[in-house]
Amino acid sequence: MTPLSGFLLVAALIFSIGLAGALTRRNAILVLIGIELMLNAANLNLIAFWRYGPHPEALTGMMFAIFSIAVAAAEAAVGLGLVIQVHRHAHSTDLDAMNRMKG
Amino acid sequence: MLPMSLAFLFISALTVAGGLAAVALKNTVHCALALTVAFAGLALLFLDLGAQFAGFAQILVYIGAVAILVVFAILLTRGSETPKDGVYSKHWPAGLVIAAAVFAVLGWAILSSAPQLPNASVAPTVTVLQIGQALMTRYVLPLEIIAVLLTAALIGAVIVAMHEKEGAR
Repeated sequence: MTPLSGFLLVAALIFSIGLAGALTRRNAILVLIGIELMLNAANLNLIAFWRYGPHPEALTGMMFAIFSIAVAAAEAAVGLGLVIQVHRHAHSTDLDAMNRMKG
Repeated sequence: MLPMSLAFLFISALTVAGGLAAVALKNTVHCALALTVAFAGLALLFLDLGAQFAGFAQILVYIGAVAILVVFAILLTRGSETPKDGVYSKHWPAGLVIAAAVFAVLGWAILSSAPQLPNASVAPTVTVLQIGQALMTRYVLPLEIIAVLLTAALIGAVIVAMHEKEGAR
C-alpha cells in the first residue's frame, strides 16, 4: 500500500461516514453536516493527488481544493439559511415530518 | 510497501473518530463539536501533505465559519433537543447499507488499482507567492467567478433567512 492509497482510503472512509449521516439522520442540520464531510473528503482526494501527482508545481489540484472550499462555504451559508426558514414555517427540522410536497 | 508514518495514522484516526461522532451522537450540539474535530483533523492531513495554504484556509473557513454557522443554526432551530421518536430516520438501515456499499466499492477500487504515481518521495515546496501569482494569472477567471458566487450566496442567504412580515413584501 502506497502513501497515496492510505490518503485515498481515509478520504473514502470519511466520504462514506458523511453519506451514512446524510442518509440516516432526521435532523436537516445533521444532513448538512454529512454533506460537508463528503465535500471535505473530496478535497482530501484532490490534495493527495496534487501531492503525489507528476506536476505539483502546476498547483492544479491545490487550486481546485481552494475553490472547492469557497464553494462549500457558500453552500453551507445558503443551506443553513434554508433550514432556518423551513424551521420558521414548519416549526421543525425533522425531515421525516416534511411530507407536504410528497406526490 | 511503504510504511505509513505514525503522524498520518494518528491524524487519520482522529479525523475518522471525529466524523463518526459527528454523524452518530444524539445531541446535535455535540455533533457540531465533533464536526469541528473532524475539520481540524482534515486540516492536519492537508498540512501533512505539504499543502500549507489549503490547510490554513480549511481551518479559517471550516472551523472559523462553517462550524460556527452550524452551531448558530442548531441554537436558532432548538435542534439540540432530542426528538422523542429517535434521531435516525425511518429508513436508516437502507442508508447504512448504501454507505457501506459505497465504501466497499471505493476501497476495492483504491486497493486493486494500487496507484503508483512518480512523485512519491519528494515533497513539493509551494510558497504563498506562487499561489498568489497563479491566482492572479492562470486562475484569475475562476477567482472572479468565485467572488461573484460568494456575493450571490451572501445576498441569497440573507434574503432566504430574512424574517418576512405579514403582508409586507
